[in-house]
Amino acid sequence: MTDPNTVQLTEDGRLKHFLTTEGLSRELLTEILDTADSFISTQERAVKTVPLLRGKTVVNLFFENSTRTRSTFELAAKRLSADILNLDIARSATSKGETLMDTLWNLEAMYSDMFVVRHSDSGAAHFIAEQVTPNVAIINAGDGRHAHPTQAMLDMLTIRRHKGDIEGKIVAIVGDILHSRVARSQIHALRTLGAAEVRVIGPGTLLPSDIESMGAVPYYDMRAGLADCDVVIMLRLQKERMQNALLPSEGEFFKLYGLTKEKLAFAKPDAIVMHPGPINRGVEIESAVADGNQSVILNQVSYGIAVRMAVMAMAMSGQQTPVNSEEPA
Amino acid sequence: MRYLHIANARVINPQTQTDEITDVFVADGRIATLGRRPDAGEIEHTIDATGQWLMPGLIDLGGHIPEPGYNQKGSIASETEAAARGGFTHICSLPDTKPVADTSAVVKLILEKASKAGFSRVLPLGAMTQDLAGEQLASIYTLSEAGAVAMSNARRPVKNSYVLRRLMEYAATYDIPLFLNANDLSLSGGGCMHEGPVATRMGLPGIPETAETIALAQILLLVEQTGVRAHISQITCRRSVSMLQQALENGLRVTADTPLANLLYTHEAVTGYDSLYNVQPPLRSERDREALVQAVARGELAISSNHSPHEIAAKKAPFSDAEPGMSQYDAFLPQAMTLVSREELTVEQLVRALSLTPANVLGLSQSLTEGADFNAVLYDPRGEYTLTASEIASGGHNHPLLNRTVSGKVAQVFLEGCRIS
Repeated sequence: MTDPNTVQLTEDGRLKHFLTTEGLSRELLTEILDTADSFISTQERAVKTVPLLRGKTVVNLFFENSTRTRSTFELAAKRLSADILNLDIARSATSKGETLMDTLWNLEAMYSDMFVVRHSDSGAAHFIAEQVTPNVAIINAGDGRHAHPTQAMLDMLTIRRHKGDIEGKIVAIVGDILHSRVARSQIHALRTLGAAEVRVIGPGTLLPSDIESMGAVPYYDMRAGLADCDVVIMLRLQKERMQNALLPSEGEFFKLYGLTKEKLAFAKPDAIVMHPGPINRGVEIESAVADGNQSVILNQVSYGIAVRMAVMAMAMSGQQTPVNSEEPA
Repeated sequence: MRYLHIANARVINPQTQTDEITDVFVADGRIATLGRRPDAGEIEHTIDATGQWLMPGLIDLGGHIPEPGYNQKGSIASETEAAARGGFTHICSLPDTKPVADTSAVVKLILEKASKAGFSRVLPLGAMTQDLAGEQLASIYTLSEAGAVAMSNARRPVKNSYVLRRLMEYAATYDIPLFLNANDLSLSGGGCMHEGPVATRMGLPGIPETAETIALAQILLLVEQTGVRAHISQITCRRSVSMLQQALENGLRVTADTPLANLLYTHEAVTGYDSLYNVQPPLRSERDREALVQAVARGELAISSNHSPHEIAAKKAPFSDAEPGMSQYDAFLPQAMTLVSREELTVEQLVRALSLTPANVLGLSQSLTEGADFNAVLYDPRGEYTLTASEIASGGHNHPLLNRTVSGKVAQVFLEGCRIS
């Protein structure tokens, strides 16, 4: 099993799980964006639910805590009329003797139709998709440093809605690329959707080795990296990085890579500023930029629900109809 | 005298650099004559080995034997049976059992159980440090007396250069050989695959080449200073090959091996998160693999198994959570022979790296010559079978060829004239 897409696609090329943006065709990525676009209009109505997942059970399976991402998936599932179960399985629960496999078998016994999975191990969603019984769709809500494909797609939707198209755009991703599943998923999606150039900006300690092999151009100098950019994506900096000898201090990081009005002026005048959130004001971005008129950070959050609705609906229709339609647990 | 007669075998013997079709006559566990009938005595049994290859028995410089302590992964009996099936007459067992092989009681237990099982002979490696913790010296003289052929710390780190230096000085006093793994844990810790483009794409924490080369430099300099007899276990990097070459040119007496997996696969195998390929040391780049193959071809490296049997649950986990290692003993020789069928090595080069070179490391002789112990493998290059779970003798089914077709078959294996497989 070498190609991740043999796992996430049906034989006729439709989505049955959503594990990674890597290797997905431009048509499929565009279909996700188009579907999400259509859901944005339903979000503006008084009655926001559509019946696409009526009678289906979605389980939010979070091995790593994340209130925000979990909430947007929960809301997306509810707006698709699914029943939703939230399970916060702290990593400690599995280390108490129950293996990941035991957890999965227990959940399968509840006849769920979809697992939304977040896990600290890269490849965890892929692993779960290979292990679960057929007819259960897996949506990757973030696995280790590997992928966060729904976040990347909501970022693509944001760019498309604010810049018209991704084709031909210069996009810079700034900060801790090494530990970022968001950056990896963005790079794959941006490349496939025709971005002219994807730049990654940060110190050598936070840029992974051979990042060029993914089609990204590394920059150590923020101003040079931002020159002529259409889109600037800032990443969140975790405090642990200082303890692992990756960075000396938040102050020095902000001086070199923090997004200020002065640095943003090197990008195109109509460049947009994005951030997957939650933001660290004064660490990777100054408030004047985060709240400024080039920032689309809050728009990203609202598009997140539409994108998650889109991939959930698409993956569910890519699954075969279950032989026995059981009552939801 | 009654003889076992092996007729018409292609006899490949690296020690004498011979490769010819001939007959072998065996009596009293030794090769009586080669290429001619003994003057007296009768033939008890003849094996028609037409089309088959007879080569010295394979010797493994390092495999994980899960007994004592890890019964869910296999036993001394199951793993030595698997080793015999793979073509090994001798295997060095790594000391990372539970309890670790840091007392003569554990060493003797391993020897006793292996002898009772009656498959491949086990040559235990004793623990260099107590509990393999890398801090206090184990009683290595006592372990050596109990039958440990050399001392190792498996892949666990020795605390610092000071402890390593004293360990080497102490071992050198009694001419006890050390098997050393080049692994700087401060650089490899937390990593689960080769650091490079594949790790970056997959978001898996990497193990840089320098985790090996920095530790290797430290080892080589201390070996030079202390004069200890040293063998470097499981090197994986191109750079390590050239460092070893340089050390040899400088007159250092040091030997080394590489795991078979590092000759067959690269980090590309990890694409798809197949936990089978989570191994320590990690699979590296194609450039590294090629350099290792060339070093084997030049006779500079032995090939070891790094056999690591695991129960299913140990491997059924997300990649970085799975326990590292591959079960290798079953079908080992056919696997290794793919290097010959791919024309990367000649048969002579491969057999040398699997028998003569490791024998030299251990001070054994393993040669198909008159008067020598008959430790040999009869291999059928045209054999073909499917390695199903029921065909695997090892307790670990984490084998790269599980349920796949194996080309070539180990037909018979002899240890001192007795058939062990």
